[in-house]
Formats: sequence, C-alpha cells, structure tokens
Amino acid sequence: MTDLHRLSHLDQLESEAIYILREVAAQFERPALLFSGGKDSICLVHLALKAFRPGKFPFPLVHIDTGHNFDEALKFRDNLAERTGEKLIVRYVQDSIDQGKAVEEKGKFPSRNAIQAVTLLDTIAEFKFDACIGGARRDEEKARAKERIFSVRDEFGSWDPKLQRPELWNIYNGKIHVGENVRVFPISNWTELDVWEYIRKEKIELPSLYFSHQREIVWREDLVFPVSKFISLDNTDKVETRTVRFRTVGDMTCTAAVESEANSIDDIIREIQISRTTERGSRLDDKRSEAAMEDRKKGGYF
Amino acid sequence: MDILRFITAGSVDDGKSTLIGRLLYDSKSIFQDQLEAIEKAGQVNGQINLALLTDGLKAEREQGITIDIAYKYFSTPKRKFIIADAPGHVQYTRNMVTGASNSDLAIILIDARKGVIEQTYRHSYIVSLLRIPYVVVCINKMDLVDFSEEVFLNIQKQYLEFAKDLDLKSIHFLPISALNGDNVVDLSTSMPWWKGKSLLGFLEGIEIHTEEESPAPRFPVQNVIRPQTTEHHDYRGYAGQIRSGHFTVGDSITVLPSGLKSKIKAIDTYAGSINTAYAPMSVAIRLEDEIDVSRGDMLVVTGQEPTTSQDLEAHICWMDQKAMTPGSKYLLRQTTNAVKASIRSLEYRVETSTHEKKEQASLGLNEIGKVTIRTAKPVAYDPYSKIRGTGSFVLVDEGTNQTVAAGMLL
Repeated sequence: MTDLHRLSHLDQLESEAIYILREVAAQFERPALLFSGGKDSICLVHLALKAFRPGKFPFPLVHIDTGHNFDEALKFRDNLAERTGEKLIVRYVQDSIDQGKAVEEKGKFPSRNAIQAVTLLDTIAEFKFDACIGGARRDEEKARAKERIFSVRDEFGSWDPKLQRPELWNIYNGKIHVGENVRVFPISNWTELDVWEYIRKEKIELPSLYFSHQREIVWREDLVFPVSKFISLDNTDKVETRTVRFRTVGDMTCTAAVESEANSIDDIIREIQISRTTERGSRLDDKRSEAAMEDRKKGGYF
Repeated sequence: MDILRFITAGSVDDGKSTLIGRLLYDSKSIFQDQLEAIEKAGQVNGQINLALLTDGLKAEREQGITIDIAYKYFSTPKRKFIIADAPGHVQYTRNMVTGASNSDLAIILIDARKGVIEQTYRHSYIVSLLRIPYVVVCINKMDLVDFSEEVFLNIQKQYLEFAKDLDLKSIHFLPISALNGDNVVDLSTSMPWWKGKSLLGFLEGIEIHTEEESPAPRFPVQNVIRPQTTEHHDYRGYAGQIRSGHFTVGDSITVLPSGLKSKIKAIDTYAGSINTAYAPMSVAIRLEDEIDVSRGDMLVVTGQEPTTSQDLEAHICWMDQKAMTPGSKYLLRQTTNAVKASIRSLEYRVETSTHEKKEQASLGLNEIGKVTIRTAKPVAYDPYSKIRGTGSFVLVDEGTNQTVAAGMLL
C-alpha cells in the first residue's frame, strides 16, 4: 500500500473510537452513554452518530445532574437530545441528598463532585446498565492513564487498579457477572488537543462557555472562579468582572475559568498549544490530594 | 501527522519511568502544574523525580515500582506518540504483553553497568513473539560508565549475539542517560563519539510499517445496522473496522465461515458513501444480495480467503493465577467472533530467557507455550505473522470471566 492509504492521527483515533462504541453495542444488553454537556461527551455523541446512523443509538444518553451545572450546559444538553432524537435520561444528585443517601459537603469549598457517584450507582442499578460509556481520557490524570478502555467495576462500582484485565490488541472482553458493570472509554487515547482538533475538523457545536465571554469571578487559590448562587462568598472575596472562558466544564463549584480572549476554535487551539498548565489544573476536585482521582474511582466515580 | 505507538521494556531500576519522564520533560510536554506536583513530592540525587510522572497509582508511588501499564501521550510537530509504560517485574509479564500487543516499536532498556541480563532476553523474546516491527535498544546510565564507547559496543555485540535466534526485523542501538537527558531528546556533549540520532530524533524519523497494510482484505462484522424506518426501510449495513487491505464497491465478497458469496453494493460512512475503504477505517458495508451475515462473520475478497478451520495451532501467553491444563474449555475471542474452544495439547513451554522448548503438563501464570486448540465452530484466520488483526485471539474463562490468555495463531 502506498502512503495515500494512511489515515491521519485524528482519523485513526476516530476509527478506534467508533469500533469501541460498536463493541459496546454488540457485547452488552443495556449500555448507556454518560453525557455531561462537556466537550468530551459531546464528541462521544458525534462518534455515536458515526457508529450507528442511519440507525438509532443502541443506548440512551444519561446525565447525572448535580444541580450545580451551568445553565448553558443544560440548555445545550436538551437541544442536543432534541436535535438527534435520541433518548435522554436525567437523574438528580439533589434527589439522593433528599433521600438521605448522599451527604452534602461542608467547609469553604463544598462540592457535589464526589457524591455524584452515589446517584450514578443508583441510576446504574435502576436501569440495570451493564456498560457506561464515558468521555474520560488517559492524558487527563495519572490514575486515568492506568485505566483500561473496558474497565470492569464490581457491584459497588469500585475500580481495583491491581486487578485489571489484560487488554490485548483491540479485542475487548466485556464479560461480567450480574451486578458488575463496565465503564468504557472510547476516547482514552485522545489528548485535549486531539479533541479540539477533532471539533474543528468535524465542525462540532459546543456550549458558549468554552469561548471567551465576560463573567463575574472571584479568585480562589490562584484560580478564577465563576460567581454563582452555589458558592458562598465572605468578606475576603472580591468580585471582579473578567474576560474568561472554560477549558473544562464541570460543576460551577469546582470548575475554574481561565482568563482568555479566545473566541474561535482556532484561537483555542493556539491557546492550548502554548499553555503550560493541564486542563485538570483548573479543577479543584483534583487538587485535593495526590491520589484524589484514584480514590474517587475506587469509590465508584467514573 | 500520524501516530507511533511504542512500549518501553526493561528490568526494574533500569530507568524506564525516568526515560519517559525525560522524553516528556525535554520535549516540553510536561505542564507546569504537573511539574509542581512532582517537585513537591521530593527529589532523587538532587534532581526532580521524573519517574513520578508515570507511576500514577498510590501503591506504585509507595513502593517506587511500576505495577501496571501507564499510557502517556506527547506530540512533536512531526508525530503523535502513545507510550505504553510497562512494568519490568517478571510477575507482570502479562502487562508487558498487553502493552506490546498494540505497539509499532519497543524500547528495550539495558543498564550499561550490568549489560544484557535475563530480563533483556525475556523482554526481547516477547517483542519477537508479538512481532513488534522495530526494536530500539537503549543502553542507559552511560554517565555511570564514563560515557565509554567500548562499554556500549560490547553490550551491542552481546545483544546481537543472542538476538540471532529471534525474529527481530529491525534493531537499533542508542547510548543514553535518562537521568541527565543525554541523547534522549538532545544529542549529548558527553559522547562525541556517537554519530547517530537522539532517541526522539529516531522515533520521529522511522517509517511505520504495520501488518494492517498487508493487501489481503479482511472485514470482521461487528454489528448489523438495520434502522427499519420508513426512510431506510430496506437498509442493512454491516458495520465494522477494516483489519487489513482495502475494499472497493463492486468487489466480489465471500462471507466466512459460511462461504456465501455476494458483491459490495455500497460502503457507507456518516459523511456519505465512498468508493474505497482501507484499514483501519470503521465503515458500514452493504451487499447486493440478502444473505445471512451476522456479528463474528468475516467479509473477504473472493480469491483471497484466509484459512478456515476448527483445529488451530498457536503460541499463547498464560495470564491467569490458575494454570492451564490441556482439556480445559474456554471462550475464544478472535476479531469480533466468540466461540467455545478446548485446549487439546500443550506441545511445549518456552523458557523465555533462553528460548529453550520444555515439555511440561500445564502452563502457569506468565508462561508462554505452543498449544493446539479445537473450536466448536470453524474460525476464519490468518497466521499472526501475516495479519496481526485476524491472527490474534484471547481466551476467556467462562467461570470467572477473566481474560486468561493471549494467543498468536500459526
């Protein structure tokens, strides 16, 4: 074969992700695609269109709503479900709190990030999901760098990094016992830059949060935090208006913005190329300890 | 831009994690916040501990060893790189096989003070067995042998001597110091006798050959797409990823193992129909005739059929605590196919450090041997040496659901 028959890195990554999505469809009875409204899960939906159209998705989109989401992300989520005609299931962390299953954190920076796992596990049990597709990438965090593409979780949703199945070639083993589930990460091998370049190439729409806009912020541990009804301000906090954008979108209580004038995909790609901090550097939830992510994953977080 | 996937292998303390850390650090692929985090964790010999970049698990950081593979990513203007950082301990051989199965290249590290050791033989054997196209032998810790060219050449000679018996196509040698960064990204000023490239220069420059480019067209069917809507009432697309070669509209097709025949009517992607598709594209193929095709079947171009048989011969690497004894039954997964299989015989076990073939009754964890297998239904396959994508398989224990073996068909 000649060099003409060589896929670019983005085409290779895309083909691998489509293959993984189709394996999920074939190997599981009741899969779900965990959708957060962030750029990675938006890419997953786009990849699912490529994997299954003109058919319907063989799984619903599932959003675990912490109640602390950005309005823009929720609106985008609902529009996307309508546009694709795919089924959207939403479950609320607030319900878990009301039922006494999850306890809200106290302190200066309370976050619902960790208790999201409670609602997720309940949702998995409610619908008997046997596979949950997520948009996590191995370049995000060092514990994730260790995780398989098909990551088996026990009946408590727990990940045991020492007992991972060998994963060979592109043969994925999705066999599980009743009560267990598999978390599947089709874009494991993508980096943040790959995701943005893919968004540019495929002209994928994103929530406006990713592009620069003016917003009221406060400084927290050198990070720019959006002012919202979910964070408590005291007299040490000074509210300012800055031109910012979000590099990663999670809860308003744990996602920091970056000061940026980037308002096109090209600008964003240029910005990431010269950035000296990781995407997760703006997530307070990861800064809590050396093993914050590993510990959350052992607790059923995805 | 393309992707080079490589694995690093070497014994414990040969400096694999340090080498990867150095590659990332000197190619400026480490972010400020990651650097601050490892700086906080302390220093080794007055330098930051680059190994902490890859040892992502608590237990690894506590013990200072690598337990499981970490995947790391970096790119230069020329290429995107995916590194599988595999553990060196003998007890994690299965993890090395896991990392090697998707690699185009293997870096084998040798401690310049120790030369070729048992682990070097073992890792090289696995690299040969898995047919990784390129091997780069990095002779590390050159700073501890006064950057001696003689030491380097002696180890090179020693390695080539034992590699004669292996099926390694392309072997390159490099003298480096991962700790100081000599010849990793930048050429070393301490080894003026070295006229070759730096490791990164080499990784950027090599041309990637993969078996996927082998011309025999192979298309294992993953799913059947049947929307059954008014708009697509009669649509029936066979979804899958092309494992090798290419397919063009109008090609005569044989479906295996059934042997039914048809022609390609269309090749569909989400962006529209295309005339030709090649490996490793994921597409949906439609055929002219309504014939029985389902997941696990393989579409091939008529006249270029692979072997179809219920009796298979293979090398396997055993990956389970519970030893394999002939007569045991497993689920064999090859391409998108899953079929019950029983191991008929264990012909021999290979002593990976000497390549000797030994007769024994069973195959234990991390051992490699040659077996014969009988499957419940015919399996269409190519020898692993010809097409990795159709010649590889895993065995699954149906009691525990664990993946217990990696197999390469002969």
